[in-house]
Amino acid sequence: MNSVQSLIQPQFLAQVGFVGIVAITFAGALIAVFPRDILYNVLGLIVCLTGVAGIFVYLGSPFVALMELLIYVGAICISIIFAIMLSRPLHLSLPKRRLPKVGLAMGVGAVVFIALSTIIFRTAWEPALMRSNDWSVTTLGKYLLTRYDLVFEAISLVLLVAILGAIVISGYARRSPS
Amino acid sequence: MAAAWQKLVNFLGPDLTIIVVGLVGVLALVQVNALFLVWLERKVAAHIQLRIGPKEVGPFGILQTIVDGVKLVSKELITPRHVDRKLFMLAPIAIFLPVLVSFVVIPFSERLHIRDLNVGLLVIFAFSTFNVLAILMGGWASNNKYSLLGAVRSVAQNVAYEIPLLLSILSVLLWSNSLQMSVIVESQSNVWNVFWMPVAALIYLICATAETNRAPFDIPEAESELVAGFHTEYSGMRFALFFLAEYSNMLIVAAVATTLFFGGWKSPPFLGFLPVPGLIWFLLKTYILIFVVMWVRWTFPRLRFDQLMNFCWKIMIPLALFHLIVYAGIIKFIR
Repeated sequence: MNSVQSLIQPQFLAQVGFVGIVAITFAGALIAVFPRDILYNVLGLIVCLTGVAGIFVYLGSPFVALMELLIYVGAICISIIFAIMLSRPLHLSLPKRRLPKVGLAMGVGAVVFIALSTIIFRTAWEPALMRSNDWSVTTLGKYLLTRYDLVFEAISLVLLVAILGAIVISGYARRSPS
Repeated sequence: MAAAWQKLVNFLGPDLTIIVVGLVGVLALVQVNALFLVWLERKVAAHIQLRIGPKEVGPFGILQTIVDGVKLVSKELITPRHVDRKLFMLAPIAIFLPVLVSFVVIPFSERLHIRDLNVGLLVIFAFSTFNVLAILMGGWASNNKYSLLGAVRSVAQNVAYEIPLLLSILSVLLWSNSLQMSVIVESQSNVWNVFWMPVAALIYLICATAETNRAPFDIPEAESELVAGFHTEYSGMRFALFFLAEYSNMLIVAAVATTLFFGGWKSPPFLGFLPVPGLIWFLLKTYILIFVVMWVRWTFPRLRFDQLMNFCWKIMIPLALFHLIVYAGIIKFIR
């Protein structure tokens, strides 16, 4: 009696899955940048982040993957959509893409990319089998509140500053006569 | 039959068998549930309004929805000229994704679940976001001001009500110490959570009603002012998919409420001697909750948008936060 496993190698399936997830991530990233319809950009970003969540699942950390969906798709992308709805009417013609702006965006993107890839290449990665495999929610929680407490609190502080900034900006906008 | 089953298990292996059979079961359940709930909704509405409701097709009109379904399948799929075609076609499909994923982790009885993940509850809430996105895509792509208004309202409402919803669940999670659905049910062996966290259960039910866009929180699709909101332009099976997703979401929301607050598949404490399987208890509790949600729908008028937002931000969120602090203290004290 032959089975599915004899027809399709599990390793092959895993590789196909990985390539598929990476393709989804890249496709989403491209949609997020190139179309001129801003809603398509957000939806592309969502596809991209869902792909990143898929990579986390592939790496064996479903908790982080679901958090990625819950926070980045559920909160951040939805608030971007909010911002779009509060911004200028969409039936107006789009402003032209200006070269200095595009150049600046590409420059910033390049700096982030170089910084990230430097970190990735400098880190001495251990093979999966040598690492501890206790990545339960409890362990992650303990790490967040002990070893990485400073980072955790700093990120919260950044978020607080962002919220205050948003309130101040919208407050000014409301008080201005136009 | 048994031999064929054995062949299937041998061919797919135990894991894949569970997934394939489970997904087929979920698809069947989604259809049957929607057929039943549409009929139930019409009957409940009719009796609350002193009417009879559907009665011609089948006993008590129970086959009415099947006939309606056949009608919807046979209708033309109209794509209006000014819509954004890609998003317009994608939205009814996208709204179905979270529905299918959520059923994977719901424990229907002690042993009947597709996957008992240790992050089960998170799966449901992470994927429920796609529901809002699909509504937004549909409303936006329709290129119709009523649809867009419905979509905008839906996003604002869902974002607001997700906060107290998650806060109310946190106290349950503190008690069960796990996100795994079966562990949450087991933590209620002695007393159901609803009896000692009634406020959390109430907050959950109110927010869940808002999340599923049902009256009195149905402003995203308010028929009398928005002409059905985000699905105005949809016809035939595309419209039916939105409808199917809405009723499946009701089932998911009620099933999660059953798991979190009403003891899941466990029998009520004083009826433990009855030889009733867990699945029956689970479905019974779930459908009683759905009946309550319908009862609310046909009893209360629709809220105005500012009332809705004020109710969430000024009452629900502070109450949920306060509740969480108090119960965190109590649970710390008990342990």
